[in-house]
Amino acid sequence: MTAATFDLGKLHGGLRLDANKSQATGQDIVDIPIPTQLVIPLKQHVGEESQPVVAIGERVLRGQLIAECVGELGAPVHASSSGTLVSIEPWPVTRRYGDKTLCMIIETDGLDEEIRHETYPDYDTLVPSELLERIVSGGIVGLGGAVFPTAQKLMQADTCDMDMLILNAVECEPYISCDDMLMRDRAAEVISGAQILLHALGIDECLIGIESDKPEAIDALLNVLAESGDERITIKQVPTIYPSGGEDQLVQLIANREVPSGGLPTDIGCLVQNVGTAAAVHDWIVDGRPLTSRVTTITGNGVGTPMNVRARLGTPVAELAPHAGGYTDHAELLIIGGPMTGKSVSTDDVPVVKATNCVLVMSELPAAGKELPCIRCGECAAACPVQLMPQQLFWYACADDETRLREFGLTDCIECGCCDLVCPSHIPLTFDFRMAKARIREQADEKARAERARRRFEARNERLAHDRDTRDEAQNEQRAEAKKASRNAIAEILARKRDKDTKP
Amino acid sequence: MKFKRLEAPYLRSDNAVSAMMLQVLVALIPGTIAYVWFFGPGLLINMLLAGLFCVGFEAAMVHLRGRKVEEVLMDYTAIITAVLIAFALPPLTPWWVTATACLFAIVVAKHLYGGIGYNVFNPAMVGYVVALVAFPQHMNLWLPPHIGDMDYGTLSLTQTLAYTMTGNLPVAFDDISRATPLDMVQAGLKQMRTIEEMRALPLMGDFGGRGWEWIGNFIALGGIGLLIRKVIRWHIPVAVIAGVLVPATIAFLIDPGTHAGPGFHLFSGATLLCAFFIATDPVSAAASPSGRLIYGFGIGVLIYAIRQWGAYADGVAFAVLLMNMAVPAIDALTRTRIVGHRGARS
Repeated sequence: MTAATFDLGKLHGGLRLDANKSQATGQDIVDIPIPTQLVIPLKQHVGEESQPVVAIGERVLRGQLIAECVGELGAPVHASSSGTLVSIEPWPVTRRYGDKTLCMIIETDGLDEEIRHETYPDYDTLVPSELLERIVSGGIVGLGGAVFPTAQKLMQADTCDMDMLILNAVECEPYISCDDMLMRDRAAEVISGAQILLHALGIDECLIGIESDKPEAIDALLNVLAESGDERITIKQVPTIYPSGGEDQLVQLIANREVPSGGLPTDIGCLVQNVGTAAAVHDWIVDGRPLTSRVTTITGNGVGTPMNVRARLGTPVAELAPHAGGYTDHAELLIIGGPMTGKSVSTDDVPVVKATNCVLVMSELPAAGKELPCIRCGECAAACPVQLMPQQLFWYACADDETRLREFGLTDCIECGCCDLVCPSHIPLTFDFRMAKARIREQADEKARAERARRRFEARNERLAHDRDTRDEAQNEQRAEAKKASRNAIAEILARKRDKDTKP
Repeated sequence: MKFKRLEAPYLRSDNAVSAMMLQVLVALIPGTIAYVWFFGPGLLINMLLAGLFCVGFEAAMVHLRGRKVEEVLMDYTAIITAVLIAFALPPLTPWWVTATACLFAIVVAKHLYGGIGYNVFNPAMVGYVVALVAFPQHMNLWLPPHIGDMDYGTLSLTQTLAYTMTGNLPVAFDDISRATPLDMVQAGLKQMRTIEEMRALPLMGDFGGRGWEWIGNFIALGGIGLLIRKVIRWHIPVAVIAGVLVPATIAFLIDPGTHAGPGFHLFSGATLLCAFFIATDPVSAAASPSGRLIYGFGIGVLIYAIRQWGAYADGVAFAVLLMNMAVPAIDALTRTRIVGHRGARS
């Protein structure tokens, strides 16, 4: 066992925010009963929509595969309780752009009958590659909120030279405490998941990064580690500074490695997984249960009793509130995720999905001060964890100067919101940068389209020219032949005439 | 249930331009009190006049540009410009000199360049330099400090007011006017006197001029308050002070007879006011931390160079304006290294 340490790399900027977590950590995780209707989106991850494999009207069991993955970034989807698939239709979900996506609607029967998949308690007898494939089939995606398919990350183990597993238990955004509560509750499963991942990846170093304001969770992990005597796993405490739990930021902090611009942590040998993901890996491999529920924090002044709940994936958010003391008069905003990067949604019909780490219900914000011109005070640059100069970026975003925007690292912006929060001129920098990124993407798309059109046009011209050339050649030949033929014919006629003339 | 939609982040902070500027004004209070203590009520009259002119010009320009006057005036920046102009002008200044300085500061240097956030040059320094060039005869009426053992005539509040309104002195110019310590040292050196000789004169204190050095202390006190409250960052003040001290120390070590010491340069004229309150105007300063170090150091070195070799006794305004010109170049050359990139690209 190794004690928790503070031995860290350096992170630029960041903010100390009011944690607002204790409201929800006072009581144990509460299980939400199975709702009458489950709404399971076909796409709960970045990447491609999954393909349904059960027909409408068919009965499904908990843990049954109902949609399988398509494409490289896909992830399979499992039913979260038993019932009947009644429809597949567009339903409101949590997304930044566009509000609806195809969801499988399951009427539950309350029996919660379960399919048991194969279990591998002795997973270490499996070859790593087999174990990897097994993990991938569990529908496990990153539970930290970014929902990058775990499978994709794991598969990179084959192509990248990976030497370190990092478990992200930082949970740096205010209000969110689901990972904290999960670790207090299921530290053994988290550690077991880490051990499974280590075996599957064939590496023997694992760092768990955790914020220093979670002493109970740290103790729980340390106890389990002490019992297991696993020396491969080390716990590293990080200071409570937002956004130290950003993936790249965490790698920089606890592994002291910088993720190259435009790259992933796997490029520098680090595989980062959320602690919830590790527990899900354990459940799948050791217990044969795919990912069908998750812990999520429901909090804010918009609910009566902030708490952490365990809900089946697909449970409408509206079903959570009654268990958390119901909505209060302050319930004016619904944010899925944290207050810095979460997504504001207009309805609580949206389902709890794999990425739903927090449901923040709160009162309308005081109107942001009027946006004033930038005075270049540089507070934004001091706060930026990526060491960008938002004041300069803002200038170029206003001018829509793509070259400069690229030069000043717009694409390196992680949209953490720090610059936005400290700006004394109340400029919505995060939003402006998001828009600028979208414009650049659009321009790039348009450029690509124009390029394709140009190539098609040129090819057409070439083809036409070629056709014309060959046609001309053929015609010329024909003409020459016709000429020759007619000359021959004339000669023949003349010859005949001469014959006639000479034969009186 | 339906909810309102907003864009992330969903937190608000109390940071506001007006709050920053208000803190700057508060931080200038100790220096103002010290100045009035040693040199009489002239500074307050200048502040009042400059304040009226600056706010008036700002309101007029904002109105002409079709913006909401109340919103823009509430940022207090026009008042800061006014206060800095008042500090820069001699304590006895006729009103039209102040009005000219304010006109060029607010109308030309600020609003013709696009208003707050867009001005290339420090408005207060532009105003002061215009006054300095346009009214040289009015820019040398400096007073001796009120200190017990120095028996000079002084003007009452009404006499000061009367001079400000009319430009007519009730007493002979030489009866009340005294050279500033910087003037004295510059003139003394031209007359081949040594620093040691001059330091023995009654106008001189422990480091700079008597009275002046105490004003410097109080200005610095306010400035350190701003640093603690993080209204300003350390880079520019430290760099300006280093920019003055480094050449001054080297020259002093080489030849103490003809070069005033680093302490004298630090506590004379507007060095400290510049370090904490003038050069720290973020709009006309460089953007990155390293850029700000270069910018501040350049100002410090120029202040020293103008005092040592220039025609003017103090060079703060020119130093600041010259470095304002250098800001685009500094910004282009000193970018921060973005995390994940190998080196700073330029």
